[in-house]
Amino acid sequence: MTDAAFATHDVDPALHDKGVPSHGTSTGVSNEKLAMWVFLGSDCLLFGGLISTYLLLRHRSVAGPGPQDVFDIPFTSVSSFVLLFSSLTMALAVGAIHRGDERRSRTFLLTTALLGSTFIAGQVYEFTSFVKEGLGYTTNIFGSAFYTLTGFHGVHVSVGIILLLSLFVTSVRGNLGPERAESVEIFGLYWHFVDIVWILIFTVVYLIP
Amino acid sequence: MSVDTEEHGAAGPAEPDHEAHQHKHPSDRNYILVAVLLAAITALEVGTYFLEDPSTTLLVVTLFPLMVAKFAIVCGWFMHLRYDNPLFKRVFVFGLSLAIGVYIVVLTAMQFWDSGYGT
Repeated sequence: MTDAAFATHDVDPALHDKGVPSHGTSTGVSNEKLAMWVFLGSDCLLFGGLISTYLLLRHRSVAGPGPQDVFDIPFTSVSSFVLLFSSLTMALAVGAIHRGDERRSRTFLLTTALLGSTFIAGQVYEFTSFVKEGLGYTTNIFGSAFYTLTGFHGVHVSVGIILLLSLFVTSVRGNLGPERAESVEIFGLYWHFVDIVWILIFTVVYLIP
Repeated sequence: MSVDTEEHGAAGPAEPDHEAHQHKHPSDRNYILVAVLLAAITALEVGTYFLEDPSTTLLVVTLFPLMVAKFAIVCGWFMHLRYDNPLFKRVFVFGLSLAIGVYIVVLTAMQFWDSGYGT
């Protein structure tokens, strides 16, 4: 990189310590936010592959229970509402931190984490009841495809909960003020993405036989 | 839906000098209205479960537009693609379009659309 380039991308050390990019970027947008969008775009390919695989394999089983034998739609619907509501609380947390209302943002971050945990608890209960009904990971090809797809989604939610709790702790320590609002917003993108993936899974896997 | 927005990012000296940070966010009231709309669409989706012996075609025709609408609403409002820099939308739509295209080809190659598939 040339000296001129260094000069163009000069960083204020005081702001850099807070994780705030004080310099202009070649795209005119935040690099961190752009990176998150690139990641989410690439994650579409991951979940696209998993959903396609599930569609191809779900009726190929020759033994064991199938989708109609194990799914409990009313229960899964409640889980869907819980995850949907967590997207609202995440959006409210982002709005609050942008207004400088740290206390309100902290409350919504924790609420989002609790709602995400409720969703995961529901998924654990669902998996457990499926196993009791005879559908293990290797019972048939439907089970393998189903657990892989919903398991990957569950891992995404679990990672999100860990990140939410780390943001909450950072906020409690007083290090998550309005100057770090972009961090909360970028994490919010990840959380909403997890929600839209569930929107696809709920319809394609659960509601359409 | 009318839009109440709040502008963020121009207040403090510590704010980054990014165009992306100068966009408007919906107000809390609008977020709640969007969530109510999403809940209503989800309730409609769940309602199809209680139909007696619906055909798969009917379910697909009913549920797919609802699913796409929910997807678009969350992306547009909660993820701020309506307001944010168009570059973010282009990056995400590129990944999404690539995924849809690639997997439609895969499903077609595996004869998924044939009426007797899986039986």
